[in-house]
Amino acid sequence: MNENPSTNGALVHVEGVEKVFHRGSEDIHVLSNVNLKVPAGEFLALMGPSGSGKSTLLNLLGGLDHPTRGTVTIGGEKVDSLSDRSLAAWRARHIGFVFQLYNLMPMLTAERNVELPLLLTHLTRAERRKHVETALAMVGLSHRTKHYPRTLSGGEQQRVGIARAIVTDPTLLLCDEPTGDLDRKSGDEILDLLQALNREHGKTILMVTHDPHASARASRTVYLNKGQLASEPLK
Amino acid sequence: MKFFHLIWSNLQRKRARTSLTLLSVVVAFMLFGLLSAIQEALVGGVALAGADRLIVREKVSIINLLPASYEARMERIPGVDFATHQTWFGGIYQDPKNFFMQNPVEPEKFLKIHPEFILPPDQEKAWLATRTGAIVGRRTAERFGWKIGDKIPIRSTIWPLPDGSYTWTFDIVGIFDGKDKGTDTTPLFFRYDYFDEARDQGGENWGKGKVGWFTIRIKDPSQAAQVAKLVDQEFANSPAETKTEPEGAFIQGWASQIGNIVFIVAAILGAVFFTILLVTGNTMAQAVRERTGELGVLKAIGFTNAQVMVLVLAESCLLAIIGGVAGLGLARAITPVVAQKLAGLLPLFYLPTRALVVGLALSVVLGLITGIVPAVQAMRLRVADALRRM
Repeated sequence: MNENPSTNGALVHVEGVEKVFHRGSEDIHVLSNVNLKVPAGEFLALMGPSGSGKSTLLNLLGGLDHPTRGTVTIGGEKVDSLSDRSLAAWRARHIGFVFQLYNLMPMLTAERNVELPLLLTHLTRAERRKHVETALAMVGLSHRTKHYPRTLSGGEQQRVGIARAIVTDPTLLLCDEPTGDLDRKSGDEILDLLQALNREHGKTILMVTHDPHASARASRTVYLNKGQLASEPLK
Repeated sequence: MKFFHLIWSNLQRKRARTSLTLLSVVVAFMLFGLLSAIQEALVGGVALAGADRLIVREKVSIINLLPASYEARMERIPGVDFATHQTWFGGIYQDPKNFFMQNPVEPEKFLKIHPEFILPPDQEKAWLATRTGAIVGRRTAERFGWKIGDKIPIRSTIWPLPDGSYTWTFDIVGIFDGKDKGTDTTPLFFRYDYFDEARDQGGENWGKGKVGWFTIRIKDPSQAAQVAKLVDQEFANSPAETKTEPEGAFIQGWASQIGNIVFIVAAILGAVFFTILLVTGNTMAQAVRERTGELGVLKAIGFTNAQVMVLVLAESCLLAIIGGVAGLGLARAITPVVAQKLAGLLPLFYLPTRALVVGLALSVVLGLITGIVPAVQAMRLRVADALRRM
């Protein structure tokens, strides 16, 4: 990706972002003048109570939605100005999503789930298989490649979800409450894995969570409250 | 091809529902195949009818006979190459269920006007030399195990012999094949001269010198309408007026006695496919509704709206094509068995290749129509909204 000078070295640069949803005649301001910079290689936790706008901000960063005002620049690319089609291609290349409920395809085995993003590339079947094997090895699931999601534990399913997110070697990992549906032990394992991806593989990670235990694993934490970003939680 | 696994897996999501939908599609296409075979049996001859052949029958009804002497008069009409005739014999071989057509004909002219019947030259020679000789189509010969040299007794329901009996015996001197797959090889043809003399000697003189209908070969097929008009004018105001029409129209007229076959078949199939459209459409709509969240995930990881739409369409098409191929395959397997049972009644009962092609095309259309609404819904799905529905 081209480094845009205006981002001042930050991989993610959110500037003056507002998001307003319209419900009938009512305008709901979910995000107000949000500014955020995330340097490459950072593991950032985004905390806040329910309804604070965490998921909305994550959607804007992942190109799943457009801001009402302001700009979202990632790796020099102004995401908010891309068309839906270009956004899809951009997401495939640069974003890896990890969801709270894993969001795996129940009819596909672990390896087929991980392979999904690679179907959009020009890789051959053998190359795809190699990438899938590597990704599953990184999350410690080489022995579960042929298993369907229903035969895997929650922690294992989330590992498959992470393998799917990293298999294309994306620029940015966006994790939406990745431990929210797991018990403490499994959650810790997932956090260990995310930390390892950040430290050993240099992955830039932005993790939404409302769990202080999870945010403690991040290198920095920012807080969202009523659509406004702060470096400290509101007392 | 790399998306095939994804499409195939989605079809297996609810196996019972997919199987039942598939079964209904299979039955619909099997019905399509069988009805196509029936339509072919009843009106398929129209397509194979000689463009240069006209059929002349008695104006009021084909049951009424025409004088054989008309033949010479017809051959003098401008545009007529030559004419020949046939008469309905209405015979029964052993059992009324063993129905097949038997007609007395003029051998040389008959073979000349019907090049679609292939008879070896030595057998043709034998037929010309044997007054009681008959040639039979391959299908009937095989059906009853007849071979050249056999004497075949056939009881006529119309024409008595000199001794008052109705059982005629013919010597099989030839077995003919069809030039095309659609050529009817069930009839038996015997000599008119033998037939005409025999019924005369029987003392019941009512049919002497009379024939069922004429077939005329015209010199220029583009002049068919004018020649037909001239033929009917020639016999106007006579005791036996004629009605002349192209062979195709004549065959169509026969089939129309049962009803408008094409319309009946189209009406049945229309009802069947409308039902299938609803069944398959409902299956697809449900299948897409159930996995809104998963479609959102696909979009989140980079699938474009168009790709998601194509995936859903491909799924409905795959379902319809599998059902179509299976149904048409079953119809193809069943038709020879049914044809055997209906050999006499519907001699041309078979599934034509063009029906298979139309059936396959229909299955793709079915897939596209049933998939288009859920596919467009999937395409328009907003990712953020879809992900909330996981």
